[in-house]
Amino acid sequence: MTGKTNYRRFAPVTRRRFVAGASTLGLAAGLGVGPFIRRASANTEVKVLNWQGYGTDEPWALEAFKAATGLDVVHDYYNSESEMITKLQTNPGTYDVIVTNSAWNGRASELGVIQPIDSSLISNFADLNPSFRDSAVLSADGKLYGVSWVWGMTAIAYSTDVFKEAPTSVEILWDPSLAKRVCVRDDAIEAVSFAAIATGQDMNHPADHDKIKEKLLALKPNLATMWSSEDDWNKQFQAKAFDVSIYWSGSAFRSKNTFNLPVGYFVPTEGAIGWFDGLAIGTDAPNAEGAHKFIDYMVSQEFYSKWAEVGPPASANNKAMEGLPDSDPSKAFYLDQENVKRLQFMAPLSDKERQDFSDIWAEVKTEFAK
Amino acid sequence: MTPTTRTRWAIFSLTGPAYLWLACTIFLPLLAMLALSFLDKSPLVPKPPEFTLGNYGAFFAKDFYWSLTRWSVELGLWVTFFCLLIGYPAAYALAKRIKGRWREAIFLLIVLPFWSNALVRIFSWTMVLRSNGIVDLTVQSFFPGAPAFDLLFSYPAVIIGLVHSYLPYMILTCYIALQAIDDSLVEAGRSLGATSFTTFRRVVLPLSLPGIVSGSALIFVPVIGSFMEPRILGGTKGATLGMNIEEQFTVTANWPLGAALSFILLAIVLVIFGIIYPFLRRQGGNA
Repeated sequence: MTGKTNYRRFAPVTRRRFVAGASTLGLAAGLGVGPFIRRASANTEVKVLNWQGYGTDEPWALEAFKAATGLDVVHDYYNSESEMITKLQTNPGTYDVIVTNSAWNGRASELGVIQPIDSSLISNFADLNPSFRDSAVLSADGKLYGVSWVWGMTAIAYSTDVFKEAPTSVEILWDPSLAKRVCVRDDAIEAVSFAAIATGQDMNHPADHDKIKEKLLALKPNLATMWSSEDDWNKQFQAKAFDVSIYWSGSAFRSKNTFNLPVGYFVPTEGAIGWFDGLAIGTDAPNAEGAHKFIDYMVSQEFYSKWAEVGPPASANNKAMEGLPDSDPSKAFYLDQENVKRLQFMAPLSDKERQDFSDIWAEVKTEFAK
Repeated sequence: MTPTTRTRWAIFSLTGPAYLWLACTIFLPLLAMLALSFLDKSPLVPKPPEFTLGNYGAFFAKDFYWSLTRWSVELGLWVTFFCLLIGYPAAYALAKRIKGRWREAIFLLIVLPFWSNALVRIFSWTMVLRSNGIVDLTVQSFFPGAPAFDLLFSYPAVIIGLVHSYLPYMILTCYIALQAIDDSLVEAGRSLGATSFTTFRRVVLPLSLPGIVSGSALIFVPVIGSFMEPRILGGTKGATLGMNIEEQFTVTANWPLGAALSFILLAIVLVIFGIIYPFLRRQGGNA
């Protein structure tokens, strides 16, 4: 993942982004942005809805795609997943290809804003990693609503200066010998997910909330600090503020490769958080045929091998990952199917679950501060 | 037109734009937030919202909200206290002791931090306060083996950062109040046999009270809603209601709950000022 990508996807919303999001929302809710968007002329354009600067709008890629198919690619962007849903609802029949997170694809198909995809039109479909390609969250009623595109994980990073051997268990976070040496991200969903994994529960819909609260409270003696962004993490790690931390896979490889920090990374045997993004087609897409073509190009090895130069998330296309140079340490890690098997994937949360998790974390943090 | 109607017209046309401006920029957004705080789901959700008191109920149903509120108010009191402790003598020295160019130079130094972004200031503090930071390295280089200096991620760090951010407000408001006190009043007190402490207590302090009050209000109100400084400097030890409110807007996307918590905080501020106000008026009357 690129630094920008991380910010966009997971960092707590920055103030500027919050303001931008809020005003966009106001506009979208009040007026509907549809009338201001140039309608795609049916067969010469593909209209894409995505985060800005997240792969689909790489200029070289659009040139290559145009050369191959004669289709122009036009972009519109969203700043949050809920904004994506709002745009799809207020402008039906406008978008051809939409990038949807695994936790949101189901919501979109449920609302009827995306349509089934014909996998026979995707020539690279067979090469996609079955763990993602056949995931239940990308389909509904036996129909395919999303083609898996890229993925990553949230697992545990450690200092190779302190640990001569890689830890294997999530319990390392609660290890009594690591008093004040552990760091987590200040994020309710991540914290609750890890406590659920550590207590052997379903990460997305844990049954026993009290157990989770108890497990998180037990983290107090070990917790040195919390991190908020990749940059923040790197600075604190460099200052030796902690030895072990819950961290993002893409960021861990950047900290190691780009910033030369002594970072090791492992997926606990108990599990870790996985996420992936899919590519979907809008309901009544003006150019559904072009949309299939664009998705096929996006999951191709040809596209990924060039995109890999800027440090994107892992491709869901196994062939594309195998095509990476061996010097890239992320290659072996992401291709290790043992790692992939241990992951629990982020699923859509109900508003109630979201609020419950947030309340648990707020309560635990209040105890931390005592 | 009679003179009175003309006066009324003049007042209306002169103050009207200001009130219109206030209404548009402060009153309407606040009203929208107030309305939002009574809805059961945020406007992000495509379903129509319904009226509820649940958001206010949530505050009273969970103990941790109360802890956060208490800590926020305590933080506000501590920061205001330290700003007063440092700011008032500084303002007194500036107004009564230092003259001419020095005064301008010192003023510049006081206002200078305002020219930099608040986030930059706070991040600079992290470099100063952490172990292996500027203070720690300096101490270690002079006294090798001295105990490690590491204040980052502690309650004092939050206070230091906030006092540094808000001190200029106290200095400036107290300076203006002290500057306005006629020196001959002090001289009169002294010539009538009062000690300099008594003159200060009976003359200078009561006359500068409006400056202290407005400075304290300017500091107390934003500090109890602060979230950025506690998060960056306090780490796990910084917990305020402001941080929770911010999370309701940015992380949980539960705008109605965030709005309700904001109004509870606003109500607490109003109650505190409601209690203090009569007391201050009496003090002012005595002076």
